[in-house]
Parts: sequence; structure tokens; C-alpha cells
Amino acid sequence: MKIADDLPSALTALDRPNSYIGRSVPRPNLARLMQGRGQYVSDLALARMAHVAFARSPHAHARIKKIDAAAAKKTPGVIAVVTGPELAKVITPWVGVLSHLKGIKSAPQHAIAIDRACWQGEAVCAVVAKSRAEAEDAIDLLDIDYEELPVVTDAETALDAKTLVIHPELGDNLTFERKHEAGEVDKAFKEADAVVEATFVFGRHTGVTNEPRAIVAYWNEGEQRLTVYQGTQAPHMMQNLFAKHLSLAEHQVRVVTKDVGGSFGIKVHTYADEMATVALSKLLKRPVKFVADRLESFITDIHARDHRVKAKIGVKKDGTITAFEIDDLTGIGPYSVYPRTSGIEANQVVNLVGGPYKCPNYRALARVVFQNKNVMCQYRAVGHPIATAVTEGLVELAAAKIGIDPLEMRRKNLIPDDGYPCAGASGIKFEKLSHHAALEKLVKMMGYEKLRAEQAELRKKKIYRGLGFASFIEVTNPSAAFYGVGGAKISAQDGATLRLDAQGALIVHSGVTEQGQGTEAVLAQVAASAFGIAIERVRVVTGDTDNTPYGGGTWASRAAGIGGEAAWQAGKALRQNVLAVAASILQSEPKALDIRNGLVVDADTGRERITLDEVARVAYFRPDTLPPGFQAELVATRHYVPRAWPFAFTNGIQASYLEVDIDTGFVKLLRHWCVEDCGTVINPQLVDEQIRGGIVQGIGAALYEHCIYDERGQLLNGNMADYLVPMAGEMPDMEIGHVVSPTADSELGAKGAGEAGTAGAPAVVMNAINDALRPLGAKIITEMPATPGVVLKALGRV
Amino acid sequence: MKPRSFDYVRVKSLAEAVIALARHGTEAKIIAGGQSLVPLLNMRMASPAILVDINALAELRGISLEGGSLRIGALVRQAEAEGSVEIAKHAPLIAKALPYIGHFAIRNRGTIGGSIALADPAAELPACLLALGGEVEIEGAKGARTVKADDFFKDLYETALGPGDVLIAIRIPVPSKDMRFGFSELARRHGDFAMAGLAACRDGKSARLAFFGVGSTPLRAKKAEAALAKGSLEEAVAVLDHDLDPPDDIHSSGKVKLHLAKTLLRRIAPELAA
Ligand SMILES: Cc1cc2nc3c(=O)[nH]c(=O)nc-3n(C[C@H](O)[C@H](O)[C@H](O)COP(=O)(O)OP(=O)(O)OC[C@H]3O[C@@H](n4cnc5c(N)ncnc54)[C@H](O)[C@@H]3O)c2cc1C
Repeated sequence: MKIADDLPSALTALDRPNSYIGRSVPRPNLARLMQGRGQYVSDLALARMAHVAFARSPHAHARIKKIDAAAAKKTPGVIAVVTGPELAKVITPWVGVLSHLKGIKSAPQHAIAIDRACWQGEAVCAVVAKSRAEAEDAIDLLDIDYEELPVVTDAETALDAKTLVIHPELGDNLTFERKHEAGEVDKAFKEADAVVEATFVFGRHTGVTNEPRAIVAYWNEGEQRLTVYQGTQAPHMMQNLFAKHLSLAEHQVRVVTKDVGGSFGIKVHTYADEMATVALSKLLKRPVKFVADRLESFITDIHARDHRVKAKIGVKKDGTITAFEIDDLTGIGPYSVYPRTSGIEANQVVNLVGGPYKCPNYRALARVVFQNKNVMCQYRAVGHPIATAVTEGLVELAAAKIGIDPLEMRRKNLIPDDGYPCAGASGIKFEKLSHHAALEKLVKMMGYEKLRAEQAELRKKKIYRGLGFASFIEVTNPSAAFYGVGGAKISAQDGATLRLDAQGALIVHSGVTEQGQGTEAVLAQVAASAFGIAIERVRVVTGDTDNTPYGGGTWASRAAGIGGEAAWQAGKALRQNVLAVAASILQSEPKALDIRNGLVVDADTGRERITLDEVARVAYFRPDTLPPGFQAELVATRHYVPRAWPFAFTNGIQASYLEVDIDTGFVKLLRHWCVEDCGTVINPQLVDEQIRGGIVQGIGAALYEHCIYDERGQLLNGNMADYLVPMAGEMPDMEIGHVVSPTADSELGAKGAGEAGTAGAPAVVMNAINDALRPLGAKIITEMPATPGVVLKALGRV
Repeated sequence: MKPRSFDYVRVKSLAEAVIALARHGTEAKIIAGGQSLVPLLNMRMASPAILVDINALAELRGISLEGGSLRIGALVRQAEAEGSVEIAKHAPLIAKALPYIGHFAIRNRGTIGGSIALADPAAELPACLLALGGEVEIEGAKGARTVKADDFFKDLYETALGPGDVLIAIRIPVPSKDMRFGFSELARRHGDFAMAGLAACRDGKSARLAFFGVGSTPLRAKKAEAALAKGSLEEAVAVLDHDLDPPDDIHSSGKVKLHLAKTLLRRIAPELAA
């Protein structure tokens, strides 16, 4: 185990001369993006391109009785007004279920509602016009006759017999249910010296991307091909879905994804309005553009969380945890989102609760229900913030109850660092984690004892500061176990194709995608290191289904671990191919040569033998000088998928130090720490910034972000003034540290790091608030976001 | 989020503005800094037929001392006011409040007059004007008039301004030497409109407390003012129960707002002490 720093990794397989692994190499796309030369779909214009805007249901549940489009059709610039039934002739509906989530059910969802809108914001009619403004003008003139229907909004009563069933053909409002039982739970609770129960409430929120969802679809009638420019995380998945629902072959569909202004899981799903845009292009035989505006983003981008978890922990006097039990209920809107389903988050909660601990006794129930609100699905750190807040909330409540230091409690219960491989109580498998090393490193980084002393001192002056902790695990590098086995055509494997160009530079094509997180930098570093060339001579191409190897894209913290390994392997393979050419030119043996810093050298002495551009020149322009029968292969492709483990679990621990103003209920974040183990750190700066960004999103959940619905299913704060995203001014300084336990499943040893910050931050903020208020006898806060009102109420001040 | 189409005229004189406004009546809207109006247009929550751009009117600019009062032109940008020596000297309450308005980029365009004319109930400047006992200069089809702050704010986004009126300037009485000022607000994020705020001033004889974010207009807490003038902070805090009855909003209940208003009064009381 080794602490990563800005130095080449000491791991032998990676320790090549001029290795970029473990170095904070600036991203190759940085200057371009900083100069405003990004190529975002929002900015794209094609010849004859039309714009679509959607009339959206103002009601959470309503029958569409009539749409009178006569006036709208006459407004300037309007090209077409298209209703749900009209569009259904071009595109088939979909059902968001997966076969490995036993019993999950959902109803067919259409690109545009056919005769009923099931949430406020569902598209009921499309207007295509020469400009977005003209399309919006025409929408104003649509005369839509709705008959309001009763609504299901409260998840708590969604399964009651007297509650309306949103999709009668499904029989009830239950989307998915999972039960899990391990060990001897009842006995373990009986044997506990103390049992702590709490109900945790996680507000609905959403991922507010800088660039909203954006798509330009172009059906070329002459070519019989569809080209879709889309800000998406998974171009090949979308290629499959567009083809399937437009009844095309996949080779007739090309998805191009250039720059994407942030995704966070928002852009890995099928959106009805985007499917409609593609179908409209096919129908109208011209390019059609849709860019969600901020108002429609709030009512159509997937929402996340919205869980109520009743939870229980049993502990012995000495701090030993005897059992965990949870009952999770989550409302997901009227449809399970396609194709990943809206059952995954609850399923993850069941998988992850208690995950860092030895405790074998665990009972879980998770229920996922339909309701008439915007759809809910996977957003950064799917299920992790819920499971971590529940587990770590319980651990700290239990520690307080039996009067033991919360870190001692963890030292006692965390799976020992030499206890791997092993399995958790939910059945998840761990290859190698480092909870204890991470904890001890965190304690040192933060100066735990000093902070506790400061906290005690300040309390005497009526200043209430709190420290909160959370150990956590993170699912990364998923194998086919995540989606493929459930029947979804979402690639678990990824590929990289490396080509030596005619001047000896390296062109990398990869199936993973760049969402602004720096994937292309990581791919360049890995390819440059494996092949042996300066990174300035590496060019990375991603996001084009016509031109990149088939792959899954970016989600579940997989791009570096899986896409990176494919690039590593392809780099090694291309090096061998190039050395074969060089050996042939030099009348040497490939084994006796190596590529270092862009030169073919003697492997033993490092003496320069021939430049790469000379090798390329001979191979491409003077192959006649090579021996007969020798064919140079200056392209190599390799693929990779994790096989040994269903997921590469990572681990970490976070801490928050904050101050609660007990007169106003305001929380001031002072400092935040995270020690995390993502295996090999390819680019320390990118990893640290991923973690910081993730922490900020977790803090958003803990204190600010909330999609507030009324009982009629109306979103009350769907705009940037009333929906509070976390902003820099309120964010604490964040210190990041690493422990390195590489996965042995790949040579690179890299696991994911994209979601660790989000997984742990809500828990530590919640725990720190409770720690701050403990001496005041306040009620425990288990509700997010912890608004000033929530805090004041816990204090009995309002 | 595209505005409905509208006509646009950039007027070159106040007279021209008044004529344009009179001609179009309620169909016209003045645009100053655009920091509130443009979002309303984009969200189609406002759709005037014509925008009357007053940004070229020199008459609406400038900060000056006239008689016993400080006159701040309607078109003075909030950022410009922030850097004004006159305002710092003669209207320190406004100087204290300005940094709380949105962010710098917004204050660079947003105007003093626009903020007063819009009269957002959670805005800082209307409350300051009210606390300071200022006045509003208005030019309309029927000529010029001056309205006291106490009579200017009528209801939610409703002021003494009629459809044809242009807010020309605000006037703040130059304070006596013993006048003390206090300003504070509680917003969850830097730059947000306040959940509750208080602009206050006090001299030997009297106190003026203008709360914002707790009603449909900035509100004077007259019972609390009387108690404070007598020197009893605790009584002033207690009678806020009668002065204020904040409605619930999406971010907090009225009860929370009332509690916050009381906390604010306690917190700025030391600043108001002689
Ligand atoms: C992100 C953001 C945050 C903000 N935060 C705050 C905040 O914390 N506190 C706060 O107070 N404000 C805030 N604002 C609003 C800002 O202060 C605006 O500048 C101000 O409310 C309006 O001033 P304006 O010059 O931009 O007016 P405009 O937007 O141009 O006009 C606003 C309204 O006033 C009318 N009007 C403008 N000038 C005149 C005039 N001279 N005579 C008659 N009518 C006129 C217009 O017709 C319109 O109805 C924020 C704005 C944004 C975008």
C-alpha cells in the first residue's frame, strides 16, 4: 500500500520510462474549452435545421381530450405540429425493465403522451419551427383540452388499497421490491445492548448540468441514415435505442458526442423528448434540434433520491455492531426510466447498507413505487449517498448512545485491511479495500484530537461546531452484472484503437466518453505511457459510433478503469507492432528494442536507434524496402472488461467540520476531508477534482438541493432562483488524500473515483450537524436537505 | 425560454419616454438594467408589446446632495452606488445593503431605480428606502410628483408607479449626526434574495425598522420601533409577533421567518445603540 503523489507509480508493470501514470498532466482539451472553442451540441447548426419545442402538461395527471392546433399551425415559421398518436407511427414505445431485477414492472412510455399525461412536464405535443422562439410562440396558441385526473404523489400511501393505480394494467403502483436477509437478524438484535432506530428522509433533487440536454437529429433520406449529435454519456447505447425504436438497423444510426457540458448521470437515460426529436427528424426528413431550457430541465431531467428509510442498528456495549435493518421506500414517478430502470437505486441501497462493516446480520426491504411526479433514475453515486447516510448515521447515533468515540466504533467494526477477499452481508464481493488505513490517514490529515479540543473550548463560548464522519464503499468498473445480464444492450466492455500516424504520432480512438471530467487526458496518459511517446504527440478521439470501438461510455465510474485498461493494452500491442517494423528495418529483434519518449531505442542501453516518424515513413511510403512477406500493422485494437469481480469496489472515508448557528439554523461548512482508495491514481489532480466536485454535489443534497412538490404534483421551485444548487461561496476547503490498493483484475490497477465524493458527503454533513447539536439536547436530524427550518425545529426553536 | 416578440425603442429624452409610455399604456415596459425584467421576459411571465429603454437618459443618472437630501438617479447602477463616496457618507445604510444584492455581475447592470420600481418584497433597497424615510421622484403624463417611501410600496410588486410613470430618482434625507444604522439579512447562499432581512436606523428619539422577505412589501414594524425608541429590545422583539405575520413560502414557514426576523433584530440592536 502506498500513498499516491505526483510521481510516477512504483508499480512495476506501469513503471515505464517517461510514464505519465500518477502525474497531474493537464487535460489536452483544456485550452480549447477555456478559449470558448468547445463543440457543444447546444451550439450546433446544420443547414435546413428546424427547432422543436414541446407543449408540456401543466397537470400531474390528466387526460388529453383534444388538441386544437389550427392557430398554432398558422403562426410564422411553423413547420409541423405533431401529436403523440401521429409520432407513434414513426417510433415505438419502450418499457424500462431489466430481467435481473426480479418482478420489476413498468408501463409503455411514448415519445409524446398519447392520451394521458402522467406528470407535470410530460410532453403532449411537439411544434417544429424555423426557430425555437417561433416554436414557443406556436405553443402559446395550442388549444389543449385536459381533464384533470386524481394524482398519486405521496410514496407512503402509493400502495394503499384506496390509492388510484396509475397504470391499471399493472395491478398496483409497485414498480419493484427487493427483500434481503442474511445471518441471524432477530437474534442479533436481541443480543445487542442497545438498539437505535431512526427514519431518514432524502429529498428529491436533480443534477443541474451546465449545458442542458441537447440533441440534433438528422435523418438523411438519400443515405437512409440517421446521424444524431447528442450530449450523452453512452453513444453506443443510444445508437442501439434509436435504431430499435425507429425500426432501423444499428449501422443506419450514427451517434456523435463531442463536448458535453456535464452529465452526472443525467445524460445516460432515454428521454421522451429526445426520442421525439429523433423521430421528428425521420418524419420530416430534415435536421431537428432540441435543447432543453432550464425550466423544462427541472421538470424532465431525471430526478434522484427521494427515499424514506426506516433503519435500525444493534450494538454491544463495547461497540460491536450486531445487526442492521432497513426499510426503504422510494417514489420514482410514473415510469421506470429506460433502459437502466428506476429500480437500480433502491437495489443499490440494499447492496450497500452496512457495506464497510464486518457485521453479518442484515435485513432489508426496498420498495419502489409509481407516482405522478417527474421520473426518477440514476444520478451520480446511485444509491450510495442513501446507503452511506443511513449506515453512518446509525453508526454515529449508536456510538453516541453507548458513549464511545465514533472513530473507535469504526475501528472496531470496519472489515480489517487484511481480511480480503471477502463478501459483505448483502452478498457483494470485495477484492481489496483499505478502510483502516484510510481512517488512520484521515485522522492524521485533519488533526482529530486538536479539533475535538477546539470544539469543546468553543462550546463554552456557545459556539456549536460539529465533526461528522462516514466510511463508505463505492461501486466502480462494473462488469456485465450491472445491466448486460438483465438484457439491456449496454456494453460492459470497452475498446481502444491506437494508430501510428505517418509522422509517428499516436491517434487513440476510445469507446468511453468525455463529459468534461478529463477522460481524454487519462486516455492520453495511459496510451502515451504504454506505447512510449510524449503526450503532446497523442491525439484522442471519443464519442462517435462510426469511428470508435464499441463501448459503454461513461457511467458507474468506469471510464478510467475500463477504457483506460483497454488503451493500456492497445498501447502495448501497438508498441510490439511498431517494434516489429523497426526490427525489420534495423535487422534486429523486436525483443532487443523498446519505444521510449517517441524513439525506438536499444532495450538494454536506451541508445537511440530510429525515430518513430522514420518507422512510419518506411511503413507507409516505402514498404517496398521491407523484407518480402513482411506487412507492417500500425493499428492495434484491444478491449477490456472486468471478469474476476462483478464490480471493483473502492472505499474511503470523509469528515466534515462545521458550525451551526443555533439562532438561525444556518450551517457554515468549515472544512471537509476525504481519503479515498481508487487503486492506481492515473492523474492525481483529475481524481482530486472529481472527488471535490462530487463532495459539492453531496453537500448540495445535504443542505440545499430539493425539488419541492405540492400534494397535487406541481413542482414549486423548478428554476435557478428557487432551486438552490451549491455555490462556491458556501463550500468549505476540501483536503483529499489517497490510499492505493490497485485491482489485480487489470494491469493498470485503476478503479473508479467519480462518485466517491457524492457517496459520503451527505452523511458527514448530517453527522456533523448532529454532533454540533448534541450538547443542546436537540432532536436528531435525519432529513435532507437540512434547511434552517429543519435545524431550528430540531432545536425546538420554532 | 425565449421571450415573445416585442418592439423596442431607446428613448433619448425623458419627454420622449413619457410620450412613448403614454401611447402604449399597459402594453409598454421600461427596461433599465434588465436584471429582473429579462428573466421575466424569457420565462414569458411578462410579455410587453414594447420595451422602452431608458438607458440613454442622462437626467436619470448621477448622485448629488440637494438641500437636505441625497438624490440618487434611477439609472445609477448598483455597482456604481457601491463605490460612491456620497452614499457611503450620507446613506451608509444603503452602502451596507448593496453588497447583499445578487452578485457583482448583476450589480454591474442592475439599477437603483429598477430595484425600487420592481419592489421585490425580499429586495434590500426598497427596505432601505423605507427605513430611511426616503422619497421617490416620479415623472408621468401628468407631470412630476414625489411620493414618500411609506406610501410607495402598496402590495406584492405593486407600487405608486402607474403604467405611464418613470421613476426618476430616490431622495434620502441626510441623517443627523446621532443616527445609527443597522443592516442584516439571512440568505442561504451568498447573493440570494433574503429569507428575512432588516434595514434599520435609530437616533435619540425614534427608530425605524424595515423588514424584508417577510411579507408582500417591505414592512415597517411600528410597535417594535416604539418599544425600541423606549430602549427596550426584549419588548421590541416580543411585539414583532404583532407587527409581522410572514406567509409561508417554498423555503420556509412563516413561523421560521418570524423567528429569523426576531433574531435579526437582536443581532443588529448593538449597531443601533448610541
Ligand atoms: C441572479 C440574480 C440575483 C439577484 N439577487 C438580488 C438580490 O439579492 N436582491 C435584490 O434586490 N435584487 C436582486 N436581483 C435583482 C436585481 O437587483 C435587479 O437589478 C433589480 O431588481 C432590477 O433592476 P434593473 O435595473 O435590472 O431593472 P429591470 O430588470 O430593467 O426592470 C425591473 C422592473 O422595474 C421597471 N423599471 C426599471 N426602471 C424603472 C424606472 N426608472 N422607472 C419605472 N420603472 C422602472 C421595469 O419596467 C421592470 O418592471 C437579482 C437578479 C439576478 C439576475
